[in-house]
Amino acid sequence: MTDFFGIPLPALFGQLVLGLVNGCFYAVLSLGLAVIFGMLNIINFAHGALYMVGAMLAWLILEYLGLGYWWSLLLAPLGVGLIGILIERLLLRWLYQLDHLYGLLLTFGLALMVEGLFRDLYGVAGLPYAIPDELSGAIGLGFMFLPKYRAWVIFASLAVCLGTWFAIEKTRLGAYLRAATENPKLTQAFGINVPLMVMLTYGFGVGLAGLAGVLAAPTTQVGPLMGSNLIITVFAVVVIGGMGSILGSVLTGLGLGLIEGLTKVFYPEASATVVFIIMAIVLMVRPTGLFGREK
Amino acid sequence: MKMKCIALAVAATISASAQAQVSDNVVKIGVLTDMSGAYSDLSGLGAVEATKMAVEDFKAKEKPAFAVELISADHQNKGDLSSNKAREWFDREKVDVVTELVTTSTALAVMKVAKEKNKLALISGAASTRITNEDCNDVTVHWTYDTYAVANGTAKAVVQQGGKSWFFITADYAFGHSLEKDSSGVVLANGGKVLGTVRHPFPGSDFSSFLLKAQSSGAQVIGLANAGTDTMNSIKQAAEFGVTPKQSLAGLLMFITDIHALGLKSTQNMYLTEGFYWDLNDETRAWSKRYFDRQKKMPTMIQAGMYSAVTHYLKAVKAVNSDDTQKVMAQMKKTPVNDFFAKNGKIRDDGRMVHDMYLMHVKKPDESKYAWDYYRVKQTIPAAEAFQPLSASRCPLIKKTAS
Repeated sequence: MTDFFGIPLPALFGQLVLGLVNGCFYAVLSLGLAVIFGMLNIINFAHGALYMVGAMLAWLILEYLGLGYWWSLLLAPLGVGLIGILIERLLLRWLYQLDHLYGLLLTFGLALMVEGLFRDLYGVAGLPYAIPDELSGAIGLGFMFLPKYRAWVIFASLAVCLGTWFAIEKTRLGAYLRAATENPKLTQAFGINVPLMVMLTYGFGVGLAGLAGVLAAPTTQVGPLMGSNLIITVFAVVVIGGMGSILGSVLTGLGLGLIEGLTKVFYPEASATVVFIIMAIVLMVRPTGLFGREK
Repeated sequence: MKMKCIALAVAATISASAQAQVSDNVVKIGVLTDMSGAYSDLSGLGAVEATKMAVEDFKAKEKPAFAVELISADHQNKGDLSSNKAREWFDREKVDVVTELVTTSTALAVMKVAKEKNKLALISGAASTRITNEDCNDVTVHWTYDTYAVANGTAKAVVQQGGKSWFFITADYAFGHSLEKDSSGVVLANGGKVLGTVRHPFPGSDFSSFLLKAQSSGAQVIGLANAGTDTMNSIKQAAEFGVTPKQSLAGLLMFITDIHALGLKSTQNMYLTEGFYWDLNDETRAWSKRYFDRQKKMPTMIQAGMYSAVTHYLKAVKAVNSDDTQKVMAQMKKTPVNDFFAKNGKIRDDGRMVHDMYLMHVKKPDESKYAWDYYRVKQTIPAAEAFQPLSASRCPLIKKTAS
């Protein structure tokens, strides 16, 4: 049997695939953060809470409307996006002229309130959400037994990331968006409704978080703390990739998922810290992140 | 509103009894627990509510000459925060006893402060056997359960059912290490073997990597030496990855709230050890129903244990008519614990309250007849067998008296 530092290769491949699954969640979440930061200059600390809201909405939609996973996949991100639009219109827009810190504090406060609300309503033990029938079961890959649902997560996340990258980098709408990021006043002067674009961008960014929440719902207990457990790692991913870099955040998310997977093979105790060690090293060598540019 | 009632009671009793020797004529209980984190469902507000019930019942039945006050705070599962809060309570709030203390690290931190200030620590939620062994002291009582008791019940039963080879998935902190150590001891002692261990950061959300390792170890039984949401996610993901039912899971520390949250479909047929179950007899049902009416959930053993512990403490204070730590402790140790929670429970010199434990078998969905009907009592483990015998104690207090 072929070995790699004492680990049989099939086991190693298995762990890498699992790392990739986690990397996909990091990628979708950090993509949303990067889009929001790039456009609004807001460090969105409510992202984890809105991810949780996405998963909770999926549960609520099943419980009270009787609609299954596929409906949730459509409705929950829309719902979270709508909440995002309200947050942007009512609260965030007053902070654009101020220091980053204010946006961070506001969104952090919102996150605590949303988590507190759900904790009060449902407790922390969480609620069960089943894997949809179409995706239950597993695929034999030879070296491992991969649940179909995890394969679907990889496919769906990569499709969403690619779609978002294409929309922003290759379409006319994306060009307006990038122009508005570079120079909002001039873009506005060309007759483009910049405040509307900003609002929709925030809605879209948090909608991505909602989508990640629905994707995660069948794999873990759906509960108020699921976001706060994840969000700090996701922020580290964004910092490593470079704040605001779309492609950077996606690639870094996937890459760090893989590195985390490898850490779980060789020294599992460090798997929660390895991302931060990498962050410290990257910040020492490249303070703007791997894919970031000086503004 | 509740605070107002308590304040009124204080005013009423102060005038009634000037002769009592309880300092300031007030006994003050501080409930320090996880109000918002991973363990807040199995302890948290439910533990505070159970303590309130204990205080109310004590006042109504015993008509004490002193007042009883209650304060509570969230320790966020952090040791440093807990010891600071305990210090503040002892020094400034004149708290006589700090209680609950889920999460071993918080319990160990507060025990030290209690010893330094010569006040009581009454532990219900924390699990590690370190509390009554290496770190034991004479101001602490460990009430409800410990890692030895739950490991002893569950691991022994599973090995005897034929689950000889084990792999542990362990939460990487004091509690997880303690649970793993006690469980593997039981497995080995009963003729089983341990094939491997993996330690995961606390709290975790993705356990698939660890489960895959457990899967490839080929062990018959995967022992989950973790708790709360970690255990729940492990069980859920084990089913997803096809680990179960080929290999079986042993939840080494599970609470009824975990079973409730996961549902019987994914937990059926598991073995677990509890110090209390609401549906044991008329007495437990009566108390639990009162608790349910206030909390809309059935109590965990930690919450029921809080009522028992606080009631025993308050009775001891009344009996010696003093809140002096050593006098109260001596009285508590002298008196057997007899209530709906424990029959003939006894507090040993190492601080361990020993009482019967129950080996439970989780029912299948179609066997569950009414809400919260989750367990079948497989075996009552008598107090003498349930806890670590004093002969194996690593507590210095015990060695001193033995030599």
